[in-house]
Amino acid sequence: MNAAGFPLLSLLTFLPLAGVVAILCVRGDEATVASNARWTALWTSLIVFTLSLILWFSFDPRSADAQFVEQLAWLPEFGVNYHMGVDGISVLFVLLSTFLTPLCILASWEAVQTRVREYMIAFLVLETMMVGMFCALDLIIFYVFFEGVLIPMFLIIGVWGGQRRVYAAFKFFLYTLLGSVLMLLAILALWYNAGSTDIAALMQTPLPSSWQYWMFLAFFASFAVKVPMWPVHTWLPDAHVEAPTAGSVILAGVLLKMGGYGFLRFSIPLFPDASAFFAPLVFALSVVAVIYTSMIAFVQTDMKKLIAYSSVAHMGIVTIGLFTFNQQGISGALFTMLAHGVVSGALFLCVGVLYDRVHSREIARYGGVAKVMPAYALVFMLFTMASVALPGTANFPGEFLVITGAWRSSPWVALGAGTGMILGAAYMLWLYRRVVFSRITRDEVRGLLDLSPRELAIFAPLIVLTLWMGLYPSSFTHVWEASVAVLVERHEAALAVSRVAGL
Amino acid sequence: MFVGAVFFPLLGATLAGFFGRWLGDRLSMWVSVGCMVLAAICGVSAFVEVGLHSAPRTVTISEWISVGGLTVDWALRYDTLSAMMVGMVTFISTFIHLYSVGYMSHDETPPRFFAYLGLFTFAMLMLVTADNLVQLFFGWEGVGLASYLLIGYWYERESANRASMKAFIVNRVGDLFFMLGMALIFWTFGALTFGDIFARVEEMRGVTFAGMPALEVISVLLFLGACGKSAQLGLHTWLPDAMEGPTPVSALIHAATMVTAGVFLLARMSPIFEYAPNALTLVTIVGASTAFFAATIGCVQNDIKRIIAYSTCSQLGYMFFAIGVGAYQAAVFHLFTHAFFKALLFLSAGSVIHAMSDEQDIRKMGGIWTKIPITYAVMWIGSLALAGIPFFAGYYSKDMILESAFAAHTGAGMYAFVLGLIAAFLTAFYSWRLLILTFHGKPRADHHVMEHVHESPAVMLIPLLVLAVGALFTGAVFYDLFVGHHQAEFWNGSIFTAEHNHVLHHAHEVPEWVPLAPTVIAISGIVLAYLFYMFAPAIPARLAQTFPGLHRFLLNKWYFDELYDAIFVRPFRRLSQVFWKTGDATIIDGIPNGVAAITVDAARGVARFQTGRVANYAFTMIAGLVVFVSVIFLGFTR
Repeated sequence: MNAAGFPLLSLLTFLPLAGVVAILCVRGDEATVASNARWTALWTSLIVFTLSLILWFSFDPRSADAQFVEQLAWLPEFGVNYHMGVDGISVLFVLLSTFLTPLCILASWEAVQTRVREYMIAFLVLETMMVGMFCALDLIIFYVFFEGVLIPMFLIIGVWGGQRRVYAAFKFFLYTLLGSVLMLLAILALWYNAGSTDIAALMQTPLPSSWQYWMFLAFFASFAVKVPMWPVHTWLPDAHVEAPTAGSVILAGVLLKMGGYGFLRFSIPLFPDASAFFAPLVFALSVVAVIYTSMIAFVQTDMKKLIAYSSVAHMGIVTIGLFTFNQQGISGALFTMLAHGVVSGALFLCVGVLYDRVHSREIARYGGVAKVMPAYALVFMLFTMASVALPGTANFPGEFLVITGAWRSSPWVALGAGTGMILGAAYMLWLYRRVVFSRITRDEVRGLLDLSPRELAIFAPLIVLTLWMGLYPSSFTHVWEASVAVLVERHEAALAVSRVAGL
Repeated sequence: MFVGAVFFPLLGATLAGFFGRWLGDRLSMWVSVGCMVLAAICGVSAFVEVGLHSAPRTVTISEWISVGGLTVDWALRYDTLSAMMVGMVTFISTFIHLYSVGYMSHDETPPRFFAYLGLFTFAMLMLVTADNLVQLFFGWEGVGLASYLLIGYWYERESANRASMKAFIVNRVGDLFFMLGMALIFWTFGALTFGDIFARVEEMRGVTFAGMPALEVISVLLFLGACGKSAQLGLHTWLPDAMEGPTPVSALIHAATMVTAGVFLLARMSPIFEYAPNALTLVTIVGASTAFFAATIGCVQNDIKRIIAYSTCSQLGYMFFAIGVGAYQAAVFHLFTHAFFKALLFLSAGSVIHAMSDEQDIRKMGGIWTKIPITYAVMWIGSLALAGIPFFAGYYSKDMILESAFAAHTGAGMYAFVLGLIAAFLTAFYSWRLLILTFHGKPRADHHVMEHVHESPAVMLIPLLVLAVGALFTGAVFYDLFVGHHQAEFWNGSIFTAEHNHVLHHAHEVPEWVPLAPTVIAISGIVLAYLFYMFAPAIPARLAQTFPGLHRFLLNKWYFDELYDAIFVRPFRRLSQVFWKTGDATIIDGIPNGVAAITVDAARGVARFQTGRVANYAFTMIAGLVVFVSVIFLGFTR
């Protein structure tokens, strides 16, 4: 039935739910339940990750088609089927999700002490939703997972978050839901037009160009919120600040990628004319995002908020890359998404390390941490540099490719994206200087302990990945090269067709 | 050998950085010195083989980035230009490592320092051996990172932190233009590897970008990138502040290697610059202005390291305007000799600071030359070389540059020549001002300090002596190879000069007064310094009183920092606050929060209708019905 010989993608998607069932079955006093829940969640996610490595090894990068395909009739009379598969664009996002989940569970090992069982269940359900979303090849299935992600995330923020968690959780939920409702309408319209919600079928069915614009805007509303693009980004800093560390990691690492992935999977291939038409708007919003949010990041006093705003700026780079419609730009955008998933996740973990010790995210309460936590200072420096896209670290290839690609569309956009290089260095070094450098003035900082073995174990894979992506990005770009090439080709062909029609 | 020269420093850095805790301070210091020695052996023999025996080669390590036609590798390109840089960098870096063993012996964390030094050397070597622009950028940013870490090495000092951040961010401004330059090169040439670019320069001469010749735009963008790293006028502000780092750092980074990266880049890209005459004019003017501007400031500074830093800035200006007039070879030659005597000057300044118990203000020194005679002697040699006194290293290279500027016979060339001469005068003046104030006269330090004045240990003196030998002889020895009549065979195509460019040839045939002028002017600068500071010390003070405005203007470094603070830094902060508090919190968040509030209010309002009284409901229904019917009615009638 597919390359793995068994329904691998479904297994990856639903195995975490088996873990949930196992956790639910545990009985006993609170400590037993908690410890069992932790270990079950960890093992489940590790098994899922190990299984997902099959994708890494047996995925065929030469083909642009969907692989590991599974198809089951679900509502055949409506043309809706359970259709799963991965191509070069989605396969690495699946891996990113399965890679980050065990790290998040490890990171919450000691930080979360209340309702541990429910917390772990939420994370496993979240993993199911994320993996399912990246594997879905049917719009309805995609939509179900896409919305499903909201629920566990809403709970993670709202139950285990900080002081203003309820406000943040509702803001997160309402913002993203509002966008999605419009997308649902557009999905219905697409189904009405094509009689199917299968993505491959939809791509074969031409869409009247007058429709395209409305459809694009409806999808745009949903994805732009998810990315998030300026000016619908304000839910993100609040959500990040209130979320527990692991929640922030997943939020920055995977959830923000859903928007960019959506653009690439649906908006650009399904609505080529509209995408080309709205590209200047996307560029404008993205450049504003890069500059505006970088500046806001600079004046933050809360570490998490600073990194949250920096995420918005990085996502601005991503959206610029996607709408350049050339291989460099799109590859760069994909690379930036993956790199940002790793690096900003790691940065949130860095903040979490300090938060676990001092219980404050106020930058002013730190200073001179390097003196007492040298290993931590080194790790933090590495990810700081990765965040400012130092060559040799993960963010550089992506940012470089996006700027190169954007130059083709407009040198001004490239310049705008490039200012992120300067501003990014400004706010990240300013953060680092205030937290890690300078003289220790507070007693609570003087007594800090350096990284524990558990924390080192969390950081180690992230460090390896950051350097690997920076030093040998080809192992990742090769995976999607064929898919992106086909995408670009189709896009250009579609534009050519409509240009002829326009004559 | 070729790989070893680049990667031994990285090995040393890794050993010292990650295993320093187990190796102990002394051992990790010597391990990194050992690695540097190996690198220097490899580097110098690579120079001999490639440079002197004309055997260029490229060592490919692996693929790096490959996306839709954009392909770059990790590869080491050894031609004469890069082999010369490799030899020079590894050689000087080795002696600076050695010197640091003595200088940093009282520090708390020497392994960290040596790890940074090794990392820096590695990045610089990657920069000069790159065979494509992206790898060059890797080294470019790598030296940026290492210098950031080294400037901020004493991270408990606020001033060091501020200086390191400033260095990184100002450099990044230049890097942005570098990045854009790479983008334009890629879309023009379809490649980023040097070989592929240079092969197609001829056919790209007619290509335009936004109405301008693409080659000109590329050159200007790359030049702006180089301005950041090489501290040219406008982007120079980080260099003097960078003196917050330990002195060996200043010697290695801010004199011998990192700041020369910009000059190297322009020399490397000579095939493109040769066809961008307007860009070259810009380079000439900016370079000459920098040479003059930095020299004027050097005359009034009081921090021993800052004076030398401004002199570096000024000398870099010389190199740039040499490139601007097409004398790339002369620029690289000056880069080479300058590396020796400037490293020497910084290290001997370090030796002075060491002797004076960490005092850096030359107003608080004086009267110590008998106590530290070796330092005194090598500082003389360094200053003589810097001032361009005949037969010292700087004489050959600086004269060559000035002659080329004269021989260019262009307006910009003359501008550079005149400013270069004035700067040469000022250079001699401030160098001897520094020498006299530091070593001669009555001791101005308190007696505790004076009692402790002592010559540095052998581990610091040996590097000084070696570099002094370099400052004495590198000019004379390498003159023929670098800029003599057979330079073309030596460079072997690694520096390109177009057919229309005969500046080096002309430079050998200028009128007789031209080669003589710099020497005469330098000597008069020295005489003036003696007059002012040795024989009639009242004059400088009186001058400062007579022209208070000018003095303040120079003392405050032409007010560049204040200007940038006023037009960039403070508005940036203020605008950021506005964006945050007003933009995000009030406007963008205000709308959804407002909508939410309206929804709640509306719901409350509607809830008031639900009184439970049937009459009210009936009334509402009738009212609704009336509205409904009238809408339909109106709809049909229209």
